[in-house]
Amino acid sequence: MQNEFLPLFYTFHFYLFGLIALVGAIVFVTRKSPVAAALWLVVVMFALAALYVMLDAQFVGMMQILVYAGAIMVVFLFVVMLLNLGHPSDLNDMRGKLGRLLAGLVGLALVAELMALTRSEVTMKLVVPPVENAAAGTAGIIGPIAGPLFKEYLLAFELTSVLLLVAIIGAVVLAKKRSN
Amino acid sequence: MMTAMLFAQVANSQTDPSTGVFIIATVVKMVVIFTIYMVGVAYSTFAERRVSAWIQDRHGPNRVGPQGLLQVAADGIKNIMKEETYPGYASQALFILAPGLAFIPAFITWAVIPFGSPLPTPWGRIDLVVADLPVGFLFTLAISSVGVYGIVLAGWASNNKYALLGGLRASAQMISYEIAMGMSTVCVLLLSGNVSLNQVIAQQSQMGWNALLLSVAAFIFLISAFAETNRVPFDLPEAESELIAGYHTEYSAMKFSMFPISEYANMITASAMMATLFFGGWDIPFTQWDNTGPFTVLKSLATFAMFSSKVLFFVFFYIWIRWTLPRFRYDQLMSLGWKILLPISLGYVVVVASTVLALDYAGVTRGPMFGAVLFGINIVLMGLLLFVADRGRLVSPAYSRLDKRNVDKLRAASVGRSTLPRPVEKGA
Repeated sequence: MQNEFLPLFYTFHFYLFGLIALVGAIVFVTRKSPVAAALWLVVVMFALAALYVMLDAQFVGMMQILVYAGAIMVVFLFVVMLLNLGHPSDLNDMRGKLGRLLAGLVGLALVAELMALTRSEVTMKLVVPPVENAAAGTAGIIGPIAGPLFKEYLLAFELTSVLLLVAIIGAVVLAKKRSN
Repeated sequence: MMTAMLFAQVANSQTDPSTGVFIIATVVKMVVIFTIYMVGVAYSTFAERRVSAWIQDRHGPNRVGPQGLLQVAADGIKNIMKEETYPGYASQALFILAPGLAFIPAFITWAVIPFGSPLPTPWGRIDLVVADLPVGFLFTLAISSVGVYGIVLAGWASNNKYALLGGLRASAQMISYEIAMGMSTVCVLLLSGNVSLNQVIAQQSQMGWNALLLSVAAFIFLISAFAETNRVPFDLPEAESELIAGYHTEYSAMKFSMFPISEYANMITASAMMATLFFGGWDIPFTQWDNTGPFTVLKSLATFAMFSSKVLFFVFFYIWIRWTLPRFRYDQLMSLGWKILLPISLGYVVVVASTVLALDYAGVTRGPMFGAVLFGINIVLMGLLLFVADRGRLVSPAYSRLDKRNVDKLRAASVGRSTLPRPVEKGA
């Protein structure tokens, strides 16, 4: 409703959140204190979630906050605090000039690739045409995501969860070995 | 002309309002909710002290104002006037930011909780919820998962080992119980078939309250909600006998006060979630009068009163539990979360999902009959859980004895790690 009546309002906020995400990401990679860096990454996650919601992908936006900001980053902070890595002086392992230059070049290459991709025709072929889903009305906003995931692509979905399970078991095995 | 269109009156008070009215109504709802909520938080601190006094056969605060009702104002003024101290070598910015981060998530959750049936006005029908998000339920989960930052950062920024330990405990505890909490609410979503909170309430008004249909899930949610709000018996992050005051050891004046305030704010929010997900939200039981249109002002008031009384009951329940149960030990806390609540909730999801599937195949429509079958299954499951599986373990540990094996294990551990000098061996 809003983006029909108030296009300026919508556009302004879209770019505002984009700006917040960019600035947050830049500050995140330049912090030396791991806790500060982690918190800036949380800011980026929230800005991205806002962008997803504005693009009508509310489910992805909420998952962004729930999984990344609410779970993964909390575990990051937990580990940082547990190992007491809070003091920046201990962590001054920034690579030399060559490393920074290389990282910058890779970053530029990625940005250039993105720019090129948005202008090419490949992306248009990848766009899935909107499915006419009769159940979408009753299943709300989750239905269009859950339907394909648990019907057409069930095997791939389950295989992915087995992969995660393998990783968890691996972590447990490694942790057990060390304690013995 | 543009403004006239934005704020146009509609012919039928049951239809959607125009954009301008929608925005103004949202701002008004925000202000009203904020005011009611803040007063509620302030008076729940007062209620805590009076109820604890009542439980312990004391008087409690009764000097400021009639029955001590102005005690809240006195506390507020005292906290603002006090001197603030900043610990040396603390991370100043995070130290100041943390109390705010602890409080804000509890408040944001209220944006999606429906608190009454729609209100008809000359400008259109106003839904009594600030933002009826299509992903309302996921929003509450997401925001409550962010709530831990305030406590963790307070613990870290204070540069104090007790505070740090409190923060560490808080983050481990909240992540552990979030999983059980999320799993227990999967069952609610299975029944409602949607993640919009209004749909969850509508489903409960048709089939009966989820507390009856999904009692095991409601039980797990209740326990996890206690852990998520750091209330007794899960207040390990601020266990005063071990950690002085835990994560807020270094805080003083109003910044300290923000932590208790955020605890009560979280408590009210968790009560509202409990009421919405499992106790019908604003639905008035035993009648369909409130769920069907046309909506009137009287219906809005009655449902709002119903919702508030449910929330207040759970706030009282929180306080009641605090003055009844002792605190868990840390290993008990972890094993309860991971070894008991998580497997039970996972198994329960399977049970509920297969029941729903079987009933759908049998052609039972989603209504009272559907609810009755689930209710029957739940009685059996609750009986099994409380009287067979849990015999003398969790619900009644106070008067049960440890079995021989566990006693031996504890003794062996205490001998091995004892700091006391070991008994002198013969011949030494």
